[in-house]
Amino acid sequence: MAVKESGIGASVRRREDFRFITGRGQYTDDISRPGQVVAYFLRSPYAHATIKSIDMAAAKKMPGVVEIFTGEDIAADKVGGLICGWMIHSQDGTPMKAGPHPALAVGKVRYVGDHVAVVVAETLAEARDAAEAINVDYGVLPAVTDPAKALGSGAPEVHAEAPDNRIFNWHLGDKAATDAAFAGAKHVVTLDIVNNRLVPNPMEARAAVAEYDAGTEGFTLWTTSQNPHVIRLILSAFVGLAPEHKLRVIAPDVGGGFGSKIFCYAEEVVCVWASKKIRRPIKWASDRTEAFLSDAHGRDHATKAELAVDAGGRILALRAHTIANIGAYMSTFSSSVPTYLYATLLSGQYAIPAISCTVDAVYTNTTPVDAYRGAGRPEATFVVERLVEVAARQVGLDPAEFRRRNFIRQFPHQTPVIMNYDIGDYEASLKKAMEIADTAGFPKRKAEAARRGKLRGLGYSAYIEACGIAPSQAVGSLGAGVGLWESAEVRVNPVGTVEVLTGSHSHGQGHETTFAQLVADRLGIPIENVSIVHGDTDKVQFGMGTYGSRSGAVGMSAIAKALDKVEAKAKKVAAHVLEAAEGDIEFKDGKFTVSGTDKSVDFGTVALNAYIAHKFNPQELEPGLKEGAFYDPQNFTFPAGCHICEIEVDPETGQSEIVKWTAVDDFGVLINPMIVHGQVHGGIAQGVGQALFEGTRYDESGQLLTASFNDYAMPRSSDLPSFAVDTTETKCPSNPLGIKGCGEAGAIASPAAVINALTDAVGHENVPMPASAHALWRAVQAMKPARAAE
Amino acid sequence: MPTVSMIVNGREASANVDPRTLLVQFLREKLRLTGTHIGCDTSQCGACVVHLDGKAVKSCTVLALTANGSVVTTIEGLANGDQLHPMQEAFREHHGLQCGFCTPGMIMSAVDIVNRRGGDLDEKTIREDLEGNICRCTGYHNIVKAVEAGARAMAAKGEIRQAAE
Repeated sequence: MAVKESGIGASVRRREDFRFITGRGQYTDDISRPGQVVAYFLRSPYAHATIKSIDMAAAKKMPGVVEIFTGEDIAADKVGGLICGWMIHSQDGTPMKAGPHPALAVGKVRYVGDHVAVVVAETLAEARDAAEAINVDYGVLPAVTDPAKALGSGAPEVHAEAPDNRIFNWHLGDKAATDAAFAGAKHVVTLDIVNNRLVPNPMEARAAVAEYDAGTEGFTLWTTSQNPHVIRLILSAFVGLAPEHKLRVIAPDVGGGFGSKIFCYAEEVVCVWASKKIRRPIKWASDRTEAFLSDAHGRDHATKAELAVDAGGRILALRAHTIANIGAYMSTFSSSVPTYLYATLLSGQYAIPAISCTVDAVYTNTTPVDAYRGAGRPEATFVVERLVEVAARQVGLDPAEFRRRNFIRQFPHQTPVIMNYDIGDYEASLKKAMEIADTAGFPKRKAEAARRGKLRGLGYSAYIEACGIAPSQAVGSLGAGVGLWESAEVRVNPVGTVEVLTGSHSHGQGHETTFAQLVADRLGIPIENVSIVHGDTDKVQFGMGTYGSRSGAVGMSAIAKALDKVEAKAKKVAAHVLEAAEGDIEFKDGKFTVSGTDKSVDFGTVALNAYIAHKFNPQELEPGLKEGAFYDPQNFTFPAGCHICEIEVDPETGQSEIVKWTAVDDFGVLINPMIVHGQVHGGIAQGVGQALFEGTRYDESGQLLTASFNDYAMPRSSDLPSFAVDTTETKCPSNPLGIKGCGEAGAIASPAAVINALTDAVGHENVPMPASAHALWRAVQAMKPARAAE
Repeated sequence: MPTVSMIVNGREASANVDPRTLLVQFLREKLRLTGTHIGCDTSQCGACVVHLDGKAVKSCTVLALTANGSVVTTIEGLANGDQLHPMQEAFREHHGLQCGFCTPGMIMSAVDIVNRRGGDLDEKTIREDLEGNICRCTGYHNIVKAVEAGARAMAAKGEIRQAAE
């Protein structure tokens, strides 16, 4: 393929697709090792109980059973528990109060699905049969699933370490200035907002294959991870299973993650540990109900949100108090989601002089909650964009005009909640979205719908997010336990082909294509000559993985930095080949030229000569052409844009139908527009899922009622429209490529657009998520007297 | 253990199986045809769709023994040698996949839709007929485009086979 057809900005068809469309992908469950056995986890059927005894005598005699382990066995081997990697301090200065998180429960279970024992057997059927024969004597305790109730006195105590189940009471912003602004405000908007708990549900459920090699005393773990190096770090440094050089973690093809595969899970710990105990490779593959029970869930915030607005429609202050349900244990990054990934975005796209946000993080007897696509930023956007929409209605301004009056227009802009926005043009994305959505024609369409007996509504969501996670200095000062750089290595082979090793992981994002586009573009070589290697800690030395839309802004920037070094070294080699001074060598379009002459040499020849060390003096020029780099971002990036949802509600049935979706996003420079648009489509679908379909329900005793695809409504093809997706561009000044990130935008923007459209359609603000037909029908009924009076 | 035999992707396949073995387990574990995936336990997601005697079935809901004597086509058997099936080509061309996990089932279902309804499909028909296949990555936008284009290409190449009723 010619370089210009495959370089930055070209919609190159994905290079990874061939193996997926022909059934040749290699996902974790597709990997089988010689002598492999199967692990099956016996999980707690109770949300809260003591384990009085576990009788395994009968189960151990069942056919095919190799061994059964409990928490006592792991504890006896001094294996550490799972960790939360971000320290949060309460307002009073005390560190967060985290209870222990053992891989297999010891003495007590804290949610339905908690790990009680693991059965290792020759086949899955045998392991399941044996698990059924284990007799656990539980002492059932009262459970609490509602975080507001969990904070009350007399609520069941999930962990003794956290009195009142409060993990932290955290604050960000200026309380006094905010309260003062509210006191003098002409308009105050108050909303009680529930950001519904979601189950991420990547189509590939989690799986792990662990193998111990007694010869090398090393472990290999194949696992469904977005960040194999982070898993290795946790398993080594905190769980203590093996030192890093004796633990290889491979994340092969991974069937979607959306955040849920960032975290280190109990099953990974147990499989690695047990593979050495029994000296055979072990496979565990989650079924879907196990996934519902044990994959970290997302969202689950209850917020009282207030906006102070002056007579001219200018926002004076925003105040929020959020109760965040953390679940029964603190998952890997759970503490960062309702704090620094949430409250720091509460300024939205608007110049808000004062913001104050308080967050109570609460233990409950539910599945742990952690980052899910957007992680904190969808919750912030929902708060801001609902407040703004309702404020516009209350003040009596067109919602677009209200937003315009409050847009930030000067950059860089320091918000009152840490973030320093580097660049943006919010007016441009709003304007373009309004044109594409034909908002001017909306009143006519609404009237036409009314003639058909339908209620039509229009909703905006002008979102912002912080991506490119993250500048290590900044996040370190806020409590992050690790640096959030990314690493890359560019290996130029003697024949001029290039292997790029990256710490980013691709599980649907198309890095094997987009990263190769960057390399082909920079080195002026055919894209076919570039391969992208990722997902194996033995091949790629270091990496922090893929989440927070960081792979472009951080992962590719690391590659760009390594490419700079390759170019510098290649110039030295070219100078030797061309018998010229190094300073006279120019590199362009894959050719090294002596400045001002027609003497040149191509990239492949230079690559070859770099390895023919006898042709030059190795004391002056080190042989080889291979460079590595670590890139640590200067700032977060700030993708932003405007989504507009137009929706129709049938007042008789409560059925809603999205009739048009418009998305205009500013992601900075696009490497591959086709892939970027695909990311936006998928994000919108997940956000619409949150707004209309997906509700996670526990009963009073803590049973998860929505633990299968029969009970939890995943968006289907017939539930969604096609989307009108476009972009504007302000180039990001904070990284060498001008990239902002696009993976989460759709999920961040869309719930507010849907609910703003629905509340516009039905005429009042009390529409919950998910806005099921029943919820909408009730909302319509509530407004009947008002409509009759009109 | 009973023996089960069937023709899979044009080849005779036979094995002794535990009677409770599902067709998807037989394909994945006995024949190592791992392109057919398991995405749920309730016949909802469609990641396991294969063609059984020319019709799309969810292979997680068929016992291997039930398929005894049948003809099965999986994603691995869809291409004609190195020549991709038009529907496979359409998914690549229209970016109809991201993580790739639902893709084999999507493609097998899409081919079945075209076999049932012909090559001229509108968006509404495609969206309704793909209801039994869940994708979490793409929002279906590009899958719909891919199926529409794949259907046209199948018609143009004379590759539509009417399934035996």
